[in-house]
Amino acid sequence: MGWDWSFAAEVLPALLQGLVLTLQLTVLGSLFAFSLGLVLAMLLRGPWPIAIVVRGFIEFVRSTPLLVQVFFLFYVLPDIGILIPPFATGVIALGLHYATYTADVYRAGIDAVPPGQWEAATALSLPRSRVWTGVVLPQAIPRVLPALGNYVISMFKETPILIAITLLDIVGWAREAGGRTFSYDEPYTIAGLLFLALSYPASLLVRRLERRVGTI
Amino acid sequence: MFDDIGTFLRVLTPGIPVTVMATVGGIALTIVLALAAGLGMLSPSRTVRVISRIYVEGLRGTSEVVQLFWIFFALPLLVGFQLVPIWAGILVLGLNHGAYGAEIVRGAIQSVPRAQYEGAMALSLSPTQRMRRVILPQAVVEMIPPFNTLFIQLLKSTALLSFVAINEITNLANQRLVSNFQQELPLVWLVVLVLYLLLALVITTVMRLLESAASARVGRKPSARARAAAKTTAGVV
Repeated sequence: MGWDWSFAAEVLPALLQGLVLTLQLTVLGSLFAFSLGLVLAMLLRGPWPIAIVVRGFIEFVRSTPLLVQVFFLFYVLPDIGILIPPFATGVIALGLHYATYTADVYRAGIDAVPPGQWEAATALSLPRSRVWTGVVLPQAIPRVLPALGNYVISMFKETPILIAITLLDIVGWAREAGGRTFSYDEPYTIAGLLFLALSYPASLLVRRLERRVGTI
Repeated sequence: MFDDIGTFLRVLTPGIPVTVMATVGGIALTIVLALAAGLGMLSPSRTVRVISRIYVEGLRGTSEVVQLFWIFFALPLLVGFQLVPIWAGILVLGLNHGAYGAEIVRGAIQSVPRAQYEGAMALSLSPTQRMRRVILPQAVVEMIPPFNTLFIQLLKSTALLSFVAINEITNLANQRLVSNFQQELPLVWLVVLVLYLLLALVITTVMRLLESAASARVGRKPSARARAAAKTTAGVV
């Protein structure tokens, strides 16, 4: 069986529809990961019992497969009375998983703020919340933006895992089209090219940003 | 409740060797491809550089799940035969992580101080000798901590093989446990998560040992930076 252009044109709209879902999951997952990661990073600087628990959580989540975490959440959330659609479960799973990565990015950014800045803030007897929001984070966050961007790209490429909980993203539609017609070349090749078309320019953009603000 | 954990483990145990085989095979292929493409990107020949770049960007740019499905479903239609599933799985894992590894290799080689090249040249070592005896042994020490992270990513990616019906840990849990233990599914998946955590710990332990061996070989203790990197990026402390 060779490449069939008319079949390729036929499956393209469904794949683009899947792309919308993939992008929604990536954007919401990133927002969740960015905020939770920042909280985790700040907790890592807290009193040691909290820091150890947070560190353990981060290492556990990072060393285990996202797919298994998706299944775990898919079954555990209803168990504890949280009934949400698969889409929300997907966002939570992606966000939790990547929060553990972004936490270390933020941590490195926060560590790179010179100690003198902390001391000066203390000398001015700024309240703890002002030290974070007024002094430390405005210096830490711009430097970590490229690293955060890289994780958005990784997350984008990992969303297809969510077909496991019936979410029809790009790969979901490709699989559907392939299964219906038994010709897999076109759907999966187009799916791959769609990922490449978005993630490659995005990574070039991140590289340019890295050169501008430097990396941690 | 603990009886059931015993049952879960009995059902999942046959998946462990499959996961380990996919991981070890994937790691072996990753090392070969990473070295080839990493050195390729630094080659004096433009053609070799371009080919290595296309491989690296192509596999880093497309999604791993797409690559998996492509090799399983599209490739057989194009070439007319199908690989044994576990070998196809190892091929995908190796191709994908090899592309990430290539950047690690390139970065590590470039981080070897310029003076080392000049010294090797002054001793009139051939380019091959220079790479094999002077540059690579030093670069390898730098590569080990990021490779540790990469291998843990690879271990985690073996769970994707459940999409193509390879009976590794995740697939066994899905096929044999999900329908029979409706009440205890969170526990089932917790057991699976812990199994992966233990395997990741094995990888980190081996890589730590390798790192101290490689550092000793080039006559230095593991640098504080490398140790710190291993600690923050390893996935497991």
